[in-house]
This record gives sequence, C-alpha cells and structure tokens, in this order.
Amino acid sequence: MARHWKWAALIVAILAAIVYPYAVRSYFLSLAIEVLIYSIFAMSLDLLLGYTGLTSFGHAAFFGLGAYILAYTALGLTDNILVTVPLVIIGAALLALIIGFFALRTSGIYFLMVTMAFAQMLFSIAISWSDVTGGSDGLAGVPRPVIGVGAWAYTFDSRESYYYLVLAFFLLSWIALRSIVGSPFGAALRGIRDNEQRMRALGYNTFRYKMAAFVIGGAFAGLAGALLTHFTQHAAPETLYWATSGQVMIMLIVGGVGTLVGPMLGAAVIRLLPTFVSSYTERWEIVLGLVFILFVLFAPRGIVGLLRRAVEKRP
Amino acid sequence: MSQVKAEHLCKDYGGVTALANVTLAVESGERRAIIGPNGAGKTTLFKLIAGEIAPTKGRIHFDGHDITDLPVHTRANLGLSHTFQRNNLFFDLTVLENVRLAVQHHRGIAGQVLKSVSGYSAVNAEAESILARLRLAAQSQQLARNLAYGQQRALEVALALATEPRALLLDEPTAGMSPAETIEMTRFIESLPRSLTMLIVEHDMDVVFSLADRITVLHYGEVIAEGAPGEVRANPLVQEIYLGAPPSVPPRGG
Repeated sequence: MARHWKWAALIVAILAAIVYPYAVRSYFLSLAIEVLIYSIFAMSLDLLLGYTGLTSFGHAAFFGLGAYILAYTALGLTDNILVTVPLVIIGAALLALIIGFFALRTSGIYFLMVTMAFAQMLFSIAISWSDVTGGSDGLAGVPRPVIGVGAWAYTFDSRESYYYLVLAFFLLSWIALRSIVGSPFGAALRGIRDNEQRMRALGYNTFRYKMAAFVIGGAFAGLAGALLTHFTQHAAPETLYWATSGQVMIMLIVGGVGTLVGPMLGAAVIRLLPTFVSSYTERWEIVLGLVFILFVLFAPRGIVGLLRRAVEKRP
Repeated sequence: MSQVKAEHLCKDYGGVTALANVTLAVESGERRAIIGPNGAGKTTLFKLIAGEIAPTKGRIHFDGHDITDLPVHTRANLGLSHTFQRNNLFFDLTVLENVRLAVQHHRGIAGQVLKSVSGYSAVNAEAESILARLRLAAQSQQLARNLAYGQQRALEVALALATEPRALLLDEPTAGMSPAETIEMTRFIESLPRSLTMLIVEHDMDVVFSLADRITVLHYGEVIAEGAPGEVRANPLVQEIYLGAPPSVPPRGG
C-alpha cells in the first residue's frame, strides 16, 4: 500500500514539474531552476556525508571547477552539451581523484580541514590566475547550451527550455544516485559509515570504496556547477569559496542527511528562504542562521526526520 | 604444513613489552586455544595475526605466505578471518544487512551499482542461512544495536564466518554470555567443519577443554607451555600460575 502511494506521489511530482513553467511567473521559474541545480549539488554531497560518513567541507571545489570548465569550453571551444558535460564530469572526477588521494588518508576533523584547504586553494587560483579565470570577475557571457549537431542542433535559449534541460539532468542524477545507494556498492558505503574497521576485517579495501564515492560525488557536483553557469551565464570565483561548501552542507542538514529526498527539500528551503524573508527584513541571513541552529538543536535528522516522526505518530 | 605460523613475535607499547618472542605454529584444520592470565598478551597476539596492529619484531606466515606487512583486508581476502573481543558490528544496520556485507564481498559483487541489493537472491539466501545456523533468523530485520548482548556476540561470529574463511580467529567468543548461551555457542563452534583452522582465545576453561586440540599458554608475553589439553592440564608450571594455585605475582590489567 505504502509503495503505491510512493509511486503515485512520484508521478504527481513529475507531472507537476512538467506543467510548472506554464503555471508560474518567470521569476519563480528561475527559482525552480536554481533549486533543481542545488538539489543535484546537495545530493552529490549526501553520497559522501550521509551515505559514506565523509564530512567533506570542500565540495565547492568540484562545483566551482565544473563552472569554470564549462565557461572556458563554452566560450572558447563549443557550447554543445554533448561535449561540455562529459568534459566537466571527467574534470571534476579527476580533481576528486587527486584531492581524495590525499584527503582520504585522514578522517574526521582532519578530512574536513584538508578538503576545505583544497577548495580554498582552487579559489585563490581562480582569483589570481586572471588570464584564464577572469580573476575576481570570473568568466562572463557564457552562452546557453546547444544539443545535437548540424540541422538537428537545438539551442536552449528560452528560460522554459532550459528549465526542462535542468529537470532532465536532475531526474537522471536522481535515478543514478538512487540506483547507487540501493546497490551492493551503496550497502558497502553504509557499512563504511557505520564501522570502517569491521569492513576491513571483512576484506573490504575501504580506501577504494571511499575513493569511488568521492569521485562519483565530485562528478555530480561538477555537473551542478556547470548547469548553474549555463543558467547565470557566468562562472564566478564564489562558486569555489568555502561559503558555497557551507551552504550546501546547511541544505543537507536542514533537509535530512542520509536520504535523497532530504537534500532536495533542503535545497528548496535554503534557496527560497531569502526570497520570502527579504520581503519582511533585509537581514535574511540572520533568519537563515536561526533556522540552521533550530534544526541542529531540535531536528538533527532534518525535514525528512520531522516528516517521518509525524507519520509514525499517526495511528 | 602449518597454516598459521608466528615467528619470534614481539610487541612493545612504548617500553612496555606486551609480547616477547612468541613462536607458534598451527596446523591446517587444527583447533588451537590460547590461554593465560589477564595481560598475558593473548589479545595482542591475536591482533598481530589478524593484522589489526603491526609487530615490533618477528614474522607472521599464512599458508606459506609472509603476511607480516599485509593490511587487514588483504589477510581477510586470503582466508584469515577474525572476531573482536568487544562486539564490533554494524550497529545501525539490520542483522541481515550486517551479514550481507560479508557475503556480497566474498562473492565478488560488492562493487556492483546497477542492481538493487534485494535483487541478489543468492546473497540474501546465503546470509539468511548463516543467520539460521546462529539462531538469529527471527532477528534478521532488527537493528544490530537492539539485539540482546548474547545475540550480538553470535552475530560477531556470524560476520566472521560469512566471509568463508579457511582460518578463523575467535577472540573470547563466549565473553559475557549467559551459561546457557555459552553452551550453545560452544556446541556451534564444535559443529563447524573440521577443515576450518581455529585459534581461540578464551577465559572459560570448560569451553577451552571441550574445543581445543592443542593449547598454548601465555604468561607475561611468553609461551610457557604448549601441548594437548591433558598435557597442559598436568603441567605443574601451568597449574601454579594459571589453573589452580593463586598466582605468585598479581596479574596485570587488560
């Protein structure tokens, strides 16, 4: 019975997402695009933090690298996503391999510091290597993406068409991550989160599993960064800044760690909060901080945890 | 050929000698018990063989390979499995998920990402049959942390067995169990195939004498006696320091 409800809810959600552009003003369409992009970003971090127990505080590194690789190739080489997206994914995965090689030898607070240090290093490179990265201005004038070749090429130049592209990437990412977390590999990641020593005793080379998770998470974060850059048409150094890593972690904690729905809800709340709060006060960041503190203190399992508790309480 | 061999093993902890020059050879299929007062170095010897810690000096061989420098997971993949003295489970996973992690690894499918875990019916069936053998079938959907202590102890053994080892190191398998559970666990260990080599650290002398083919006695990090249960029981030195008479030196903690 519960299964049927889940499928029904899923179909309604997808249908709602498809008709959404016809029902709202373009401002809300932009918000939805951002929420979908940040959902991919937050889900990718959850694979590390929620499923594998790796508290990465440098997830912006992959997001920002994705943004810059996309801007650089779209401005200089091609804006065809059949080329740019694979490049972004390969680039972010390689970066994850390098950072992971060092960071995954540590754990806990040291892992957090090392990942953050790598991201900050990339941030300072983006600021200072201005010939390539545009310095503190970043790379502007990134065109909207094209798909296909020759006569079958299609440009996503309207906001509506870009929304559908992002929605498609979001659904693909969600399906892929869902498959990963439900698979034997996903079970192994949860085993590492729960008790890495015992996993080794069972014969698991846990370093390799953590590395695989880190690379997959990095690749999806890169994709999210690239999608944002096509949307804002601008790769900014802020995408690499530690505050970006912090923001995506807040999304996870508010939404609920260790689920895939949680990151989506968290991304929605954190992206939408400033919009609604700023009509009452300019100090929306104080409200954001309060929301975060309240969740950490009273709902450490996030919105998903609150919903579960509400469902379980009902007779 | 001896399957598990330790040669001149030493382990110092910052000047304190936990193990001094221990040499030990366990034949394939043998059931060897390691006994000794608290602080004799039994668990240290175990951790060295399992690979949880590295020796200060000496070599360890398994099936003729020198495994001294191999990490824990490589030793496990060679067929050397171990349990922990204190329950070391996946406490936030269900009992079935615990055992499935061991089964899916030795079946070589732990890297699969496309199919859901529940789709691997052979893995699930194998995990469930191991749980049934340890009388945990009814608890398979419970979280490991919610099991009774004795059941957690049984799951500890189930995890090590599910890797299908050729040699099994059991670190106090019945520690903290009720007398009834102890008898049940002893019978279960007895019922394991004779081809499985076993090293057992145990405090309960009834368990030791009913399971072991041979017994090694450690005292202050050294082997002071080794032989068949009858020989060890008759050894006056062993009687004096361990079995009957009160120890002349107070035992060290741990």
